[in-house]
Amino acid sequence: MAIASDAPKQSFRLSQLLYDTRYRSTTIQVVVLMLFMAVAAWLVDNTITNLAARGKDFNFGFLGIRAGYDIGQRLIAYDSDSTHARAMLVGLLNTLLVAFLGCIVATVVGVFVGVLRLSKNWLVSRLMTVYVEIFRNVPVLLWILIIYAVFTEAAPLPNAFREGGAASMILFDTVAVTNRYTAVPDPLFYRSLGNIDIGIFLISSDLLAIIAAVVAGWYANRLVLRRATAVQNATGLRPVTWWKTLALLILPGVLTLWALGFHLGYPSLRGFNFTGGINVSNSFMALWLALSLYTGAFIAEIVRAGVLAVSHGQTEAAYALGLRPGRTMNLVILPQALRVIIPPLISQFLNLTKNSSLAIATGYLDLRGTLGGITLNQTGRELETVLLMMLIYLVLSLLISGAMNIYNASVKLKER
Amino acid sequence: MSEHRTAAYVRTDMLPEKAPPVSEMGAIRWLRENLFSGPLNTFLTLAGAFVLYFLLSEAFPWFRNSVWVAASVGECRDIITARWGEGATGACWAIIRDRWNMFMFGFYPRELYWRPTLALGLLLFAAAPVLFSESRRIRMIVLGVMTLFLVLAFPALGVGGLATGLMLLALVAMLVVAWSRPWGLLWLTGIYPGLAVWLLWGGSVWVPVLAMAGFVLAWAAFTATRGRGAIISVGSAVAAALAWWFFAMGPVSQVLDTYLPYAIDAVRSDKFGGFVLALTIGVAGIVLSLPIGVVLALARRSDMLLVKALAVGFIEFIRGVPLISLLFVASLLLNYFLPPGTNFDIILRVIIMVTLFAAAYIAEVVRGGLAALPRGQYEAADSLGLDYWKAQRLVVLPQALKISIPGIVSTFIGMFKDTTLVVFVGLLDPLKGITDSVRASFEWKGAYWEPYIFVGCIFFIFNFAMSRYSMYLERRLKRDHH
Repeated sequence: MAIASDAPKQSFRLSQLLYDTRYRSTTIQVVVLMLFMAVAAWLVDNTITNLAARGKDFNFGFLGIRAGYDIGQRLIAYDSDSTHARAMLVGLLNTLLVAFLGCIVATVVGVFVGVLRLSKNWLVSRLMTVYVEIFRNVPVLLWILIIYAVFTEAAPLPNAFREGGAASMILFDTVAVTNRYTAVPDPLFYRSLGNIDIGIFLISSDLLAIIAAVVAGWYANRLVLRRATAVQNATGLRPVTWWKTLALLILPGVLTLWALGFHLGYPSLRGFNFTGGINVSNSFMALWLALSLYTGAFIAEIVRAGVLAVSHGQTEAAYALGLRPGRTMNLVILPQALRVIIPPLISQFLNLTKNSSLAIATGYLDLRGTLGGITLNQTGRELETVLLMMLIYLVLSLLISGAMNIYNASVKLKER
Repeated sequence: MSEHRTAAYVRTDMLPEKAPPVSEMGAIRWLRENLFSGPLNTFLTLAGAFVLYFLLSEAFPWFRNSVWVAASVGECRDIITARWGEGATGACWAIIRDRWNMFMFGFYPRELYWRPTLALGLLLFAAAPVLFSESRRIRMIVLGVMTLFLVLAFPALGVGGLATGLMLLALVAMLVVAWSRPWGLLWLTGIYPGLAVWLLWGGSVWVPVLAMAGFVLAWAAFTATRGRGAIISVGSAVAAALAWWFFAMGPVSQVLDTYLPYAIDAVRSDKFGGFVLALTIGVAGIVLSLPIGVVLALARRSDMLLVKALAVGFIEFIRGVPLISLLFVASLLLNYFLPPGTNFDIILRVIIMVTLFAAAYIAEVVRGGLAALPRGQYEAADSLGLDYWKAQRLVVLPQALKISIPGIVSTFIGMFKDTTLVVFVGLLDPLKGITDSVRASFEWKGAYWEPYIFVGCIFFIFNFAMSRYSMYLERRLKRDHH
């Protein structure tokens, strides 16, 4: 019988730090940490020296002083006497606005185009391919500049909308595209609930009421559907719910609008300009449209890939079970396609949000235009403004990807 | 054999074949199947046809009325009015013709145009061993077209006949090498970075030569310490190269410049513009970001907590901020972060930022490829007794990179498109910088669409070619047969 003997005890040698796998990773990490800290210290030291040499300091006090410049489009109260911090907030809200609206339109365009590109119709699928290839292979800056030029160069002067003028309003005389702004109807309320002051800015109570009503209806609809599923599980028969769903999704919002006395204020030409509606600046319109169309082309490819990723056998299996085409789409294909679509869709939303900083090309005052633009130039604090701007974009990106990841977790394959 | 009886109602003679119904053959069948197979399809076809007709009827006259030779926008309009009548509009491509050099070279000195042109031509020769190693036909087509282009372009750019002839000889020699062996031009790939930098920026020949010598030195240090483990050899290689670049290179190049001076005209970075600038930044970014991205991806999948944390932090930070803000860092903040008095080239700074930006995205793409590789491949490499780097180099990365090709190429395409953003830190990119400065001139004020369409077409050609190449690569590297 062999007797297992312990390995001879060796005293620790320095070379073991490199050659012994038990210690090597620790050695590497310690070296990496030291290098990282050395580089960081070097950068900070340089920055301190450079700041001192220029007679500057590192503080964010400039945010509290008077900004002194005007911002054309503002979602909250702002004038040139407001502080730089408030200008930053206005810019941030402008960024969020164009990103939010852009994501919605880009998704609609992308789903539409992606599905049509898969259509058996020869002409339509070719047209959509051309759209996708043209938009994906050309810089987004070009699209922003071209669409901006279409608005500013090809659209008529507000003057041309006079009686007998050369231009006419579109969409049943409600929208006027001029070379300075696009005049759209203004949502107004006869029985407005006023605004809620939350300290920093005002929030319209009407908007909150509408959102609350719609969300409540949506939630009630979920309860109805859950009840229907429970009944189906118990009896095998699914109660008819479509009219309840329709009513719950539409009625609360419509009723709230009616109760608040919703009506549109239509723009009309008074003198040289349109009044009565909202005049949306062309810089915003161009940025919004260009970002939506550009990102829409990418989303179209994502949607197409997602639908193609669901194998044909799945459709056939669903038909073999006797499911109708509509239910096959809803219950079999879409849940599996969404799983493929959502992760790249998240990064497209993030890209759109980051690309909104190209507002610099049209002069739309977003976060980069206010904090990283005029405020930077006026106060001369490059270090603070650029770092703060990057921090805000970073937080924004992390928030968006966090929220979308939660949604992704709810649709992804539940593995047991 | 019995007599064959048949009933009277059974046909005894074969009927001749009938032609299929008209609706089931030829163009009509194709139309029915592809355009009018149902109400929805018919509606879509009509809607598509209407959109197409609308776009073409709006755009066609404008393209038909194009003017190619004129001295100013006003002259263009006069010609169009004279030829097509009052109120007619048309494209004025004369602006491209007149300012062609501006769009291509920016303010690069006119008599040195041959240098960026040669750098672009040699780029394909240098890339041939890497990009077109499998197919001799494709290699010869690409390089032959490039040779022809250079031979035609050189006299047009004012290069003498003798120089053109010498270059032609050199190119033909390289063509022969490329024809005989796929890897024959690998030496050119090795020296191309230094050569391209020298051709583009000019100056003393010793600076690029000595900078490239740093890599040779690193290789020497690596081979000298090869037996002592990966960490020691890689560490000594990096240390040797850094020591050479930071301490030895300056004095040595001064000595060489004094005793063996050889220099060509230096061109400052602010003279760069147009597609020379876009291609310089784009190609440098592509070449540099791929290795950095792969290393970042490996670091992010590392078992070492600290290395992983640093990689995650870097990647998420870069991916979370817009490229514009990083370019602002390059133009405004680097002066704070570097020692006082350092003032290095703005194009170099932009290249660094663009590279870091693309590297973070490539790291994510490659990480996806690494994650998609079956676990068994890692275990197989381990069971063969390969160490970490050998396993990565021989087993893991070749497969992971192959899966990642579409993502990597689309990152490259995105980066090439993003080179247009350098206009916001004061460089003359072809899209906005050059068009704005062309349009600022008296003659071409008011020409909006033509420069945009022209630049857009060139970007489209480059990017479309890249995406087609990635498809070709995917097919070529496909090893499994599903």
